[in-house]
Amino acid sequence: MHPLRRQRLMIVLFIVMAAGLAVALLGYALRQNINLFYPPSAIAAGEAPVGRDIRAGGMVLEGSIQRAADSLDVSFIVTDYQANVPVTYTGILPDLFSEGEGVVVAGQLDDQGVFRASQVLAKHDENYMPPEVSDALEKARPEG
Amino acid sequence: MWGWFHKWSSPRWFYQLSGRLLPWLAVLTALTLVAGVAWGLLFVPPDYKQGNSFRIIYIHVPAAAVAMAGYMVMAVAGAISLIWRIKLADMVMKCCAPIGAALTFLALVTGAIWGKPTWGTWWVWDARITSVLVLFFLYVGVLALYEAFDNKEAAGRACAILALVGAVNIPVIYWSVEWWYSLHQPASISFTGESSIHPSMLRPLILTIIGFYSFFAVSLLLFVRNEILNRERNTRWVRELILADSKV
Amino acid sequence: MYFNNIQELWAMAGHGPFVWAAYGITLATLLALLWVPLRTRQQQSRNLRAYYRRLNASATSLTDGEN
Repeated sequence: MHPLRRQRLMIVLFIVMAAGLAVALLGYALRQNINLFYPPSAIAAGEAPVGRDIRAGGMVLEGSIQRAADSLDVSFIVTDYQANVPVTYTGILPDLFSEGEGVVVAGQLDDQGVFRASQVLAKHDENYMPPEVSDALEKARPEG
Repeated sequence: MWGWFHKWSSPRWFYQLSGRLLPWLAVLTALTLVAGVAWGLLFVPPDYKQGNSFRIIYIHVPAAAVAMAGYMVMAVAGAISLIWRIKLADMVMKCCAPIGAALTFLALVTGAIWGKPTWGTWWVWDARITSVLVLFFLYVGVLALYEAFDNKEAAGRACAILALVGAVNIPVIYWSVEWWYSLHQPASISFTGESSIHPSMLRPLILTIIGFYSFFAVSLLLFVRNEILNRERNTRWVRELILADSKV
Repeated sequence: MYFNNIQELWAMAGHGPFVWAAYGITLATLLALLWVPLRTRQQQSRNLRAYYRRLNASATSLTDGEN
C-alpha cells in the first residue's frame, strides 16, 4: 500500500478507536443512569433513592393485583423473583398490563418502601405468536 | 484486484452499471414490499398479546435495520474516500445521509405509534430509543455539515470523520437492550438460534426486510446518479448523455 | 384473509388508527425518497443543458473524466 494511504488508514482506525474508547468510558461512567429502571432486588438492597423520581421494572406478581371497587386505585407487587416491591397507582392501566407480565412503573419510593407510581407502562417480551399457538402451548404445558 | 477497484470507482462506469441494475432492483423492491405488506396486514393472525398493533413490525423492524445498515455504508464510504480519495465513495457517503435520516425517522415514528397501544406511552428515554434518536441526529449532522462548507472537498472530509466517529453508535444501538434495562424488548430474529417470532409471522417480515434493503439500494442509486451527473458535468460523456436526453 | 370484511380490516379491533397511520407515514416517506431524486434529475437536465449552451458560446473544451 502507498505510504500516504497507509498513513490515512491509520488515522481512520485511530478515529474509530478513539471514538469507541470515549463512548465506552462514557457508558461506564453513566452505567447506572442509562438503565431505565431499578429491578426490585436493587430497591430492596437500598440502591434506589427515596422520594425522588425513579422507575422500577419487573414482573407483576401473580395474584397480587388489587383493584378498588369505587375508584381507579390499584395496587400490585413488582417482582424479579428475588425481591418484591409493592406499588400503588391511580389511573388507567395499559391493555397489556396483567399478572405475570412485564411492567415498568415511574414514580417515587416512600419511606415505607411502597412505590407510588404516577405512570405504569407494560413491557412485553420478544415472543410473537398467533393466539392459537399460544393456546396450544398453554395446553401442552405439564400440570403443576 | 486494483484494476477492478479502479474500474469500480469510475463514475462513468458506475453510472452505466447502475442504470442497468436499477430496473431489476425496482422490480425486486416492488414485489417484496407489496407481497410482504399485504401478507402482514391481511393474512397473518394477530399476536396473542398485542393483537393487531403488532402488524407495525413489518415496517418498523425493516426501517430500523436498514437505517443502521445504511449508516455502515455511509461510514465505510467515508473511510474509503478519506484513505483513497475516490470521488465515487464521497458521493455515496453524501447520498446515504438523506435516505438514512428518513428511514431512522420512520423507525422512530412507527415505534412511537406502536408503543402507545402496547406499552402505554409514545416515548420513553430508554437506551434503545435514545440511541436511535442519536442516529437520526448523526444523519442530519452529516447532511447539515456537508452543506455548511463551500469547498466540497473539505465538506466530504469533515463529513467522513463525523460519520466514522458516529459509527460507534451502531453497536450501542444493537446491544443497548442487552447491556441495560430498557423498555424495548430484545431482538426477535436470531441468525444463530431459533427466532422467538412464530414462523408464520416471520416469513412476511423477511420479505419486507429484503424489500427495505432493496429500496435503500434503489433510492441510493438514484441520488448517486444525480450526484455523478452534477460533478462530472465537464466530461464529454455527461454532455452527450444530457444532450441525447433532451431529444427524447 | 384473516379479517372477515373490509370494516374489520379497517378497524383492526381498535388498533386500526395506529396501524394505518404507521403504514401511511411509511408509504409517504418511501415515495418521497423516490420522488426527490427523480425531480432533481429533471431539474438537473435543464440546468446542464443551459450550462452546455453557455459553454459552447465560450468554446471551452471538455475532458474525458477520471476517478
